[in-house]
Amino acid sequence: MIILLMLTPFLAGLSAFFIKEDARRRALLLAAAGGHFALTAAVLVARPEMAPCAWFALDPLGLLFLGVTSLLFLGASVYAVKYLSLEKRDPGEDSEEGFIFNNEPEAVFTGCLLLFLAAMTAVTASRHLGILWAAVEATTLLSAPLIYFHRHKRSLEATWKYLLICSVGIAMALMGNLFLGAAGLSSGVALDLESLLLKAPSLDPAWLKAAFLFLFVGYGTKMGLAPFHTWLPDAHSESPAVVSALLSGALLNCAFLGILRVAQVCSAAGLAGFTGDIMIFFGILSLMTAAFFILAQKDYKRMLAYSSIEHMGILSLGVGLGGGAVYGALLNAVSHSLTKAGLFFVSGLVLAAYRTKNISDVKGLIRRAPATGVLWLAGFFLITGTPPSGIFLGKFMILKAAVSGRHFAAAAAYLFFLAVVFAGMGRIFLEMTLGEAPVHKGAEKPFEASRQMLIPAAFFFACAIILGLYIPAWLNELITGAKVLIGGGL
Amino acid sequence: MTTLAELIIVAVILLNLSLAASGTLAACIRLAAAQGVIAALLPLLAGREVPPGTLVFCGAVILLKGAIFPWLLTRARIKANVSKDADPVIGYPASIILCLGAFAASSWLGARLPLPETARVAWIVPASLSTIFTGFLLLTTRTKAITQVLGYLVIENGIYIFGLALFVEQPLMVEMAILLDVFVAVFVMGITIFHISREFDHIDTAELSQLRDWHSGEAK
Repeated sequence: MIILLMLTPFLAGLSAFFIKEDARRRALLLAAAGGHFALTAAVLVARPEMAPCAWFALDPLGLLFLGVTSLLFLGASVYAVKYLSLEKRDPGEDSEEGFIFNNEPEAVFTGCLLLFLAAMTAVTASRHLGILWAAVEATTLLSAPLIYFHRHKRSLEATWKYLLICSVGIAMALMGNLFLGAAGLSSGVALDLESLLLKAPSLDPAWLKAAFLFLFVGYGTKMGLAPFHTWLPDAHSESPAVVSALLSGALLNCAFLGILRVAQVCSAAGLAGFTGDIMIFFGILSLMTAAFFILAQKDYKRMLAYSSIEHMGILSLGVGLGGGAVYGALLNAVSHSLTKAGLFFVSGLVLAAYRTKNISDVKGLIRRAPATGVLWLAGFFLITGTPPSGIFLGKFMILKAAVSGRHFAAAAAYLFFLAVVFAGMGRIFLEMTLGEAPVHKGAEKPFEASRQMLIPAAFFFACAIILGLYIPAWLNELITGAKVLIGGGL
Repeated sequence: MTTLAELIIVAVILLNLSLAASGTLAACIRLAAAQGVIAALLPLLAGREVPPGTLVFCGAVILLKGAIFPWLLTRARIKANVSKDADPVIGYPASIILCLGAFAASSWLGARLPLPETARVAWIVPASLSTIFTGFLLLTTRTKAITQVLGYLVIENGIYIFGLALFVEQPLMVEMAILLDVFVAVFVMGITIFHISREFDHIDTAELSQLRDWHSGEAK
């Protein structure tokens, strides 16, 4: 079943390169996304037994992230089909500098999109840290062409930075994997997760600590934790909205999963205190960085990117705190993915309506494009954790755990930066949605967003709201199972 | 046999120094390739029996690092029409001194992280760490896109030295998957360099600076 999960998008991706007709290729994209989602749902229901020492198997943690990835991809493919046909109709003029550019061939884009899904599936399902590494690196390489969909200078710069920074970061993670191998050398442990967890107490602690540091820096780079986040705002702002949504909602989680796997080993080896402190520190640092950059932000897609950095910081902080905060962090991960993907979808519509990413040039969104404006505003309330929302619940659980765990300094910093982010984002969102719509180039006629592009965002937002009111039993069981794996207790 | 392996370690460290000192791109490409090939010989000389799987793997590494990568990078270099990395962020003498300093620091670190008995070659950890540092040095202080890819490759060499000399028994599949990733990475980077040189008429990454948050002066 798991093999099928990876093969479906993989084969569909390969064949997408060779299909000449657009309509057929787009149908294939939808079919593959739907098939992947159906398979994921089947795995969720059936919960197949994990074969011992298999390279690919799904534990609750992997399943949780797989579910989110699959759902996001389904939404993204619905959005992408419409987006691609619009791009085909009027390609070309750069919205900021006005030069003409070409798009990447659509076949390449679709193919890479599907292969990207296959690689992310492999990340969530792998039980061998070497395979996990290879899959994470594959996600980087397959998503680079996606960022460079609009072939112009800025997207090229973003792609280059993304490729280089992430590849080097992930090279550090490889070194970490080898250190992990060195830690287990005397007790004869290989890199498969099961035997690592089983024999964790016999691992050499000095090497294990070094391994964690390298892996944390490596996957942290990919996840966008400050100060290794520098690629993230560029890549998210220059790539098409669909790609930003997938990068932010699915890919960052996958990188986080890499860190969680090592944290699992460390906590089994009794090093939870050591890893926790590091994760708390970098979590707060990311929150701080994101807060300040959001305050001074002039570009709304970059603002969303920094908000992702903020949320990655929250995840790291939550898992670092341990106990109940782990549940909060995982709930936050799910809700953030849904909300942020929806927001990026909407940002693509805002860009289409105003043809600019400058916050100061976007005014009166709610008049000019009512549906888009309402969603944009709803997304703001959801992402900043206004109740009822899954993000609110998650953030609150983390705060509670921080206080009851006597991490007062961390709790204070956490609250302060959340407030700064709320203020910064509130100003930006309100400025954009309210007021009179300006009359400038391209903005004369009223803008009607296609329903096909609005519905995925609306659906994701609805899910995020529901998560704040009611967590279904199966999801609760999944998150609790994942929490136990990471060492958050019952 | 172990002495031969140690000789290779010395060669790797010397190659680090020459990489730090060299400004001609063609020379840099050759030096990095030489380092990759020499390092790939390590597991064959570590004084143990060599299973056939490893033999295949080492062959693949030598082919990749000794032939395919240099060819790809040379092609990119000729297309982009650059021969020198003219103005690095820090000068060449300073690079060499930094490299030496890194070696000293790596030796100190290597002494604090002793390898278990099974790995017999001395100086593996310092050599590997200082190679990684050299890679970072190339990556951060050189301004041409090709030198940055070389930096990535040198980091990869450093990791490889650690990995294979340590000989964590990994299934061949995993090693091959990792190698495939490195190959595709360099390949994709090569393609990106083509695009950069076409779009910008140069491959100075220091001038790829349009995307940032605080623009100095009058820029928007």
